[in-house]
Amino acid sequence: MWTILQHSFTASETVEYPEQQPYLAPRYRGRIVLTRDPDGDERCVACNLCAAACPPDCIALQQGVREDGRWYPEFFRINFSRCIMCGMCEEACPTNAIQLTPDFEMCEYNRDSMVYEKEHLLISGTGKYHDYNFYRVSGLAINGKDKGQAQNEAQPIDVKSLLP
Amino acid sequence: MPVIQIDGQEYEVEAGQNVLQAALSLGLDLPYFCWHPAMGSIGACRQCAVVQYLNADDDRGRIVMGCMTPVADGAIFSLEGDKARGFRESIVEALMLNHPHDCPVCAEGGECHLQDMTVMVGHRDRHYRGKKNTHRNQYLGPLINHEMNRCITCYRCTRFYRDYAGGTDLAAMAAHDHIYFGRHEEGVLQSEFAGNLVEVCPTGVFTDKTLVKEYTRKWDLQSAPSVCTGCAVGCNTMPGERYGKLKRVHNRFNAEVNGYFLCDRGRFGAGFVNSDKNLEFPGLRLTDGRFDALDHHAALMRMTTACHSGKVAGIGSPRASVESNYLLRLLVGAKNFAPGFSDAEQPLVELAFSLQQNSPALTPDIQTIESADAVLVLGEDLTNTAPRIALALRQSVRNKAYEMAAELRLQSWQDAAIRNLAQTMRSPLFIATTANTRLDDITEDRVSLSPDNIASLGFAIASLIAGEPVDEIDQALLRRAEVIATALRGAQRPLVLSGTSCGSAVVMQAAAQISQALCKADNRSMLSLVVPEANSLGQAMLTGATAPTLSALSKRAAAKEFDTLIVVENDLYRRGPKEIVDALLANIPNVIVIDSMDNPTLSASSLALPAASFAESEGTLVSMEGRAQRHFPVFVPAHERRSSWVWLLACMKELEIEEVSNLHHFDDVTRACASQIVALSGITGAAPDHHFRNVGVKVPRQTHRYSGRTAMHANISVHEPKQPTDEESPLAFSMEGLNRSQPGSLLPYVWAPGWNSNQSLNKFQSEVGAPLKGGTAGARLLLPTAGSVNRGMHKSNFTSAKLQSGQWIMVPRYRIFGSEELSAKAPAIAELVDSGFVEINNVCAQSLGVIEGDGVELQRADPQVQSDMLKAPVATLQVRINDTLAEGCVGYSAGLSGTEDIIVGEPLALQKAQGWQRPSPQIIGTDGGSNV
Repeated sequence: MWTILQHSFTASETVEYPEQQPYLAPRYRGRIVLTRDPDGDERCVACNLCAAACPPDCIALQQGVREDGRWYPEFFRINFSRCIMCGMCEEACPTNAIQLTPDFEMCEYNRDSMVYEKEHLLISGTGKYHDYNFYRVSGLAINGKDKGQAQNEAQPIDVKSLLP
Repeated sequence: MPVIQIDGQEYEVEAGQNVLQAALSLGLDLPYFCWHPAMGSIGACRQCAVVQYLNADDDRGRIVMGCMTPVADGAIFSLEGDKARGFRESIVEALMLNHPHDCPVCAEGGECHLQDMTVMVGHRDRHYRGKKNTHRNQYLGPLINHEMNRCITCYRCTRFYRDYAGGTDLAAMAAHDHIYFGRHEEGVLQSEFAGNLVEVCPTGVFTDKTLVKEYTRKWDLQSAPSVCTGCAVGCNTMPGERYGKLKRVHNRFNAEVNGYFLCDRGRFGAGFVNSDKNLEFPGLRLTDGRFDALDHHAALMRMTTACHSGKVAGIGSPRASVESNYLLRLLVGAKNFAPGFSDAEQPLVELAFSLQQNSPALTPDIQTIESADAVLVLGEDLTNTAPRIALALRQSVRNKAYEMAAELRLQSWQDAAIRNLAQTMRSPLFIATTANTRLDDITEDRVSLSPDNIASLGFAIASLIAGEPVDEIDQALLRRAEVIATALRGAQRPLVLSGTSCGSAVVMQAAAQISQALCKADNRSMLSLVVPEANSLGQAMLTGATAPTLSALSKRAAAKEFDTLIVVENDLYRRGPKEIVDALLANIPNVIVIDSMDNPTLSASSLALPAASFAESEGTLVSMEGRAQRHFPVFVPAHERRSSWVWLLACMKELEIEEVSNLHHFDDVTRACASQIVALSGITGAAPDHHFRNVGVKVPRQTHRYSGRTAMHANISVHEPKQPTDEESPLAFSMEGLNRSQPGSLLPYVWAPGWNSNQSLNKFQSEVGAPLKGGTAGARLLLPTAGSVNRGMHKSNFTSAKLQSGQWIMVPRYRIFGSEELSAKAPAIAELVDSGFVEINNVCAQSLGVIEGDGVELQRADPQVQSDMLKAPVATLQVRINDTLAEGCVGYSAGLSGTEDIIVGEPLALQKAQGWQRPSPQIIGTDGGSNV
């Protein structure tokens, strides 16, 4: 009885959602987005690792190659009606493209509306990781980044040179 | 068998193996790069290091390379010892020094031997702080992608390309850490087997360019065991599909047929399955010539109505399955069923079948061809008509080297040593063809002769072997014949190869004659006859020698004998002169064509039915060695596409034909065919029927990591459809089931824990390089007859055609890319297909006054053949000068555009074409500027 009385004078833990929004940490696992690299180009290289890591298999995509040599997803589809927000896709992503955000408000009356295509997923920012640009590390040459211009790369070898 | 000790365990192993082979055969994991079961050891990569101990008291041991150390009784090894493990880890670290951070954008990722081996040795962190070497890539043609940065210099590519496949334009260049594997300059890789680099390269230097454009990871591919339809060899393949598109074709190991390698036609030629010319719905031709789409029921009703009269003719196809052809033959009756060959080809294929059936010689599979120690090829340009056999012949000439090695007690896997020992010593290979071939560099003697002279040479050899008097032939030819006869007689396993491609029956008879004579002389002789298409031999077995030809059918059509014609998977315009086919189609009111893709015959039909391609349907094909093999659907055909046998069976059920009342499944059709056609009685053994279960479950087409199941169709409906069920085969369109220890004919993909690349095949083989655990796929229908050697016709029974002056014999010049109908429509292959041409020698060129690039008109001069066609030329084609062409012969690009009306072996007159436009020079494309 005393405990109950005590509690009537403590501050309430209950939050009046939705009038009052709770604080969610930036690493909260909510709605998934596809981010862009610092240069503004889409980060996803359609390597398929997120799809492979996904426990409910709710990610489907198809790779394509752009004119400038970059790999990109021709389509990228997440079926959020199946997604369990486990974050395995984010963990698997080698380019920091796929990220989970603190947004969880995704209620729909129609399950079909839970299917997000690339245009719904792709945001114009870098998300949580601001500096990473996969193509500055990768050895693949693309327009604007030739062989030997990636991080820690020497200039291309001249095969015809006899010098040691 | 020697007993060796590995990490304290005793194992009995095969004598003559090396430690790496033995360890892998025992199911142990030992990393390796440069070793390949088909190419032997060179000990270059140092990855398979193990510790060998001198004796039980030795506790230090020494590091040896597994692939270079033969097993010996009582030898003690350690795979797991710290010393060996540490060494192997440091080797991977060293190999990875310059390896780029590419895996997410690398087409090898997920099936990369380097990834697997790196994980296996446990290497994780780089210690090296220096910069990574980089390389510029080369454009290597439309089939192969080059990304040299990823190279770990294992030398497998050049060992395959140069040593195994005889290519010359890929090499290791530069020195030390500048080493570069590529061509001397950018350009299309010239070897017909270049595609194997994709599978041979342990990392992503050479990748499949057709796949990279719309890439799918290996684990996302839905695959099924299939058979290549590119030629009659019947190589086993594993096509992979995703999102309704065929993505790539990989080799499916079959110890007796293709082993580890495919040709480029087989690997890249299946792209036609994705063609936008595919038929999706049945079409009914309207009066204005356009087609109206129907649903399958309406189409079936129209088909049934058209067949009601009973006056139905059928034309099958040597590229369609045995079952489809059998059902069509049953529907129309044997006497109204043409097998679908051209008039010239039909007797040749039938002859090839009967010669092999009645020959006392062995009909060899490819593995046996590789064991031949003397080979004679009569009239076949194998690299272009049966490419995989050409690759096998390149191995057969090495038997001399293996003999020499055996004398020195060198193991057969000591690749570098044996090549060094043998230098240019080869087992004899003799080729007599109408012009040069791609195998000329390994022949002891190659001679250009007209088909009739090839036959004369063959008969002379046969007579010499049999010790009979030789007919009068040219002295130079006789000397050649003597050399060849001596070599064949002296061999343990002589092989005679011929085939239908030079269009001459006597050439094949000569080949059979030689093998008979060899058999009589108590040699284990082999006879192999190449036929043109995937199921040519099956078609000959089905129809027998009495089947009507196309022109016979055409004549009866002209007499209004038929109301309806059903054509199954056959473009008749490739089978005969346009006039004959036009007449045939015009004289029959209802022409029903069942085919997968639009073609001229289909466009001329009154009812077009969409057939499923080989990748969407099941079927049995009989290869040139008489091996019945089953291909299974890789994916479910979209829209109203159905397998041809489904259309035909449904139609026959509607017609209430008695014989089919009990046929419900594909297997029932196969069984009915086997029970009624004696020659095909073995086809049920090609693969297990649909009741088969692998330890109680089906064999899955999808890997256990197949992704996106709940999203791939979500754009259509968020409610996931049930996985399609496969009622016709023991394979499932799902991840569920067991892909282990099933029969070899049911292997949809290879994967084993820790082995994601195609090297996981080790785990499916009974031992490394040996047949699959579940047995070798396919059932042999041709077995050597023990019967007496019949003394068939000899030399003088044929007369060579008399040529008038100004006439040349037309001999076909096949092209690996282009001569086959369907593969030529694959986009990547289409880039490599030339336009039609004629090849003439200098004598001919001078007499016509033409030079390379000019045009010539070909005319039928003999008025008896086609009097009304005298004026219009048969073809007008561009000239190529090839001075190796036999005297009196003119080569034409068989199967390429513009040569449809030329009949093989016919004499034609040539004259320079007036007003011929020389084609503009070909520009070699690249993948785009500085980007590569």
